Order: sequence, then C-alpha cells, then structure tokens
Amino acid sequence: MRFTDTILPWLAGALMLVSLWLIFMVVPTEASMGFVQRIFYFHVPCAWATFLCFFIVAGASGVYLWKGSKAADRLAIASAEVGVMFCTLVLVTGPIWARPIWGVWWTWDPRLTMTLILWAIYAGYIMLRAFGGEDEAVARYAAVLGIIGVLDIPIIRVSVRLLQGIHPAVLTTKEGESGLVDPWMKITLYVSAVAMMLVTWWLIALRVRAERMSGEVAELRRAVEAREGASA
Amino acid sequence: MIRDAITIVSKDLRIEWRTKESLASFVVLGVLLVVVFTVALDPPPDAAPMLAPSVVWATFVFTGLLGVQRGFVLERENDCLAAVLASPIDPAALYVGKLVANVVLLAVMQALVVPLVAVFLHVDVARALPGLAVVLLLGNVGFAALATLFAAIAVRARAREVMLPVLLLPLLVPVLIGGVKATQAVLHGGLGAAQDALSVLCAFDVVFVVAGVLLFEHVVRD
Repeated sequence: MRFTDTILPWLAGALMLVSLWLIFMVVPTEASMGFVQRIFYFHVPCAWATFLCFFIVAGASGVYLWKGSKAADRLAIASAEVGVMFCTLVLVTGPIWARPIWGVWWTWDPRLTMTLILWAIYAGYIMLRAFGGEDEAVARYAAVLGIIGVLDIPIIRVSVRLLQGIHPAVLTTKEGESGLVDPWMKITLYVSAVAMMLVTWWLIALRVRAERMSGEVAELRRAVEAREGASA
Repeated sequence: MIRDAITIVSKDLRIEWRTKESLASFVVLGVLLVVVFTVALDPPPDAAPMLAPSVVWATFVFTGLLGVQRGFVLERENDCLAAVLASPIDPAALYVGKLVANVVLLAVMQALVVPLVAVFLHVDVARALPGLAVVLLLGNVGFAALATLFAAIAVRARAREVMLPVLLLPLLVPVLIGGVKATQAVLHGGLGAAQDALSVLCAFDVVFVVAGVLLFEHVVRD
C-alpha cells in the first residue's frame, strides 16, 4: 500500500521519461521505415502489458471461483479494465505505424485480428460487470468469462494463422535472428517495457483500491438503509 | 451422471418436439439469413460457390445464438431452472444434457441451412457430404459448448438479448475461421486438405466442453 502510494508512481514516471528520452533522442532511426518506426517502442510494450493484464484476470478469476476471495475479484476487474485500455492503445498505435508503412490503416492480418478479438472479449467482460452491478452472481459469471477468455487465446492464435498475414515478427524473424540490429534498439525496447509494466502495476493498484472503496460505500449504504428501515 | 444427462436431453427435446418453437424459428430465420447474406453479397453466378462456406457459417452462428438462448429462457419461465437445480442432478450432468440437446437442435438447423445454401449458391454438396458432415458436427459441438455455458449466464444478466452475442461472438471466432476454412477445403478436395482447420475445431471442442463441464456449477449455483 505504502509502496504503491509513494515510490511506485515516481519510479514509473521517471522510467517512462527515461524511455521517452531513449525513444526520441538515443535510439538510431530504423533504416527502411524511418522515423515512424519509433512508435514500435511504445506499441510492443503496450501489447505485452495487455497480455499480462489478461493473464492476471484469468488467474485472479480462478482464485475467486476456487476460494471466493473478494480481493481476487477486485484484482480481476481492475486488470480487465487496465488491459482493455492497453489493448486500445495497441490498436491505436498500430494503425499510426501501418498507414505510412503498409499504406492502409488496417488489414486482417492474424495478429491484428487477434488483438481486435481480444479487445472485444474483454470489452464484453467489462460490459457484463457494468450491466450486472454489485451482485455476487455477476462476479462469478465474470470470473467464468475471464477463464474462458484466456483458454481461448491460444486457440484464437492458431486459428487466425489460417488467415493470410503480413505483420512483421521483430524479435525473432523467420530466419531465427533478431530484427533489432542496433543494441540501443533492444535497450530502448526493454526499458520502455519495464516502464510500461510499472505503469500497469500502478494503474491496477489504483483501480483495485477504487473498487474496494466502492464496495465499502455500498456496504455502508446498506447498513444505513437497514437502520432507517428499522427505525421507521 | 450419464443417466441424469440423458434425462435432461430427453426432457429438452420432448419440450421442443411438442412446442416446435426453436425449430420453427430456426427454419424461418435460417432461410431469411441465407437470403439476406446472398442478396447483400450479390455474387455473380460463377463466384457464388466461393461464398457458400461463409454464408453457411454466418447463418449458423446467428441462428444458433437465437436458438440456444431460447432454451434457457424456457427454463427461466416459472422458475423451472430452480426446480431442475433442486433435483439431485449434478450441474455437470445438467450441462452435458443441455449441450447434447443444443447440438441436436443445431444439427437439425444445419441440415436445413446447408441444402438451402447449396441450392441458392450453386454448390455441389452431395459429393463432399461425409466430410462436410464431420466439419459441421465439429463446429456445432464447439459452438454449443460455449453457447450453452453463456446462455445460462446471459439469461440471468440484464440486457440479455445484447449480452449473449457480445460475450459469445468474439470467443467463437476460432469456430468461425476453422469452420469456414475446413468447409472450403472439404468442398475443394476432401478432409485431408482441411487438416489445420479441423485441428483448430477439435482443440476448441475439447477445451471448451471440458471447461464447460468444470465451470457450469459456478454459473448455475445460487
């Protein structure tokens, strides 16, 4: 609690600034794509943060169904929302790069299709929670969805490969070597990734706390209503 | 447990046989969707067969969504579900029973939609029928595995008419892609050519039937 209040925001912020400095000042411009390639150092960490969040959703959902722990449920809802936010960032930063490089904003490439489907699954998760309210049954439905969603990810991944693809595989290319030729490219990517993970952690912690407070408010309101009902 | 599941299947199918509500809506909606897709795509006669797999699966998914939801709305009326849950039947058996009943209904619907598409889009399905039956059944089971689970969820949520498609459609993408690709391959050369797509369908079926059996109790318990 104290760590997430005092140290984490400053650490995440400082590392974010370092990663921006690396992205815009240090790392060399990629030879064939030019300046727009720099968005890669933001795009990819966002994608990793998305996956991290969705796996946390599944893990927390499993713990909630198994143990019935409210804390796990709060972690699941917080991670789902943060994950959908990062997934949205991936879907926004991707086309910004794709337009000058591919000439189109969007193609039905396997990775793009998969990201969009993931976004839809977890947007559905948030909708289910929003329409359901505080009900305990809704938390269970959402937990089932969180688990099913992660089970679906590998199958979606294989199935979209049946579509035709053009998305670059950067870290390890088909020839088995890295597409990042300059060492600064890797350093920038990993610093940026660590910064993004810290931001993810901080956002989830904040969201978990907000969820806990709204639970407390709901409980207090019930208590007040019960007392008013008793006196009337 | 198997006997309990059979009881549920025979109950659901008997209700369906006597009312014929789902079947009637399947037939009419299936015909309409095939017409809508064909008219909207408006293919020239020689390109029409190319569209057949997509039309078959799109029609299947949307008709199926409606039909599966219907089964749980029936249980909801007069609190039938509460009675079923109060009976000494394991939730897993209840899930399997509902799943099998849905698979049977969806298979009937497929048996109606596929000949329609064959006629409207000039596809020779008779030649590829055994392979096509395998593909349709695999897709059917995968669809029903998730649809049965989520119909039980959506029926108890608010805005349930929207919730079921919103939750199900993205999860069902592998069935859609696998089904379309496998159907294409089967129509152009047989099951051997459909291997990748078939393994996607098989994996989907196995994973989600098992997940459904394990998770269903969390959905229906009160």
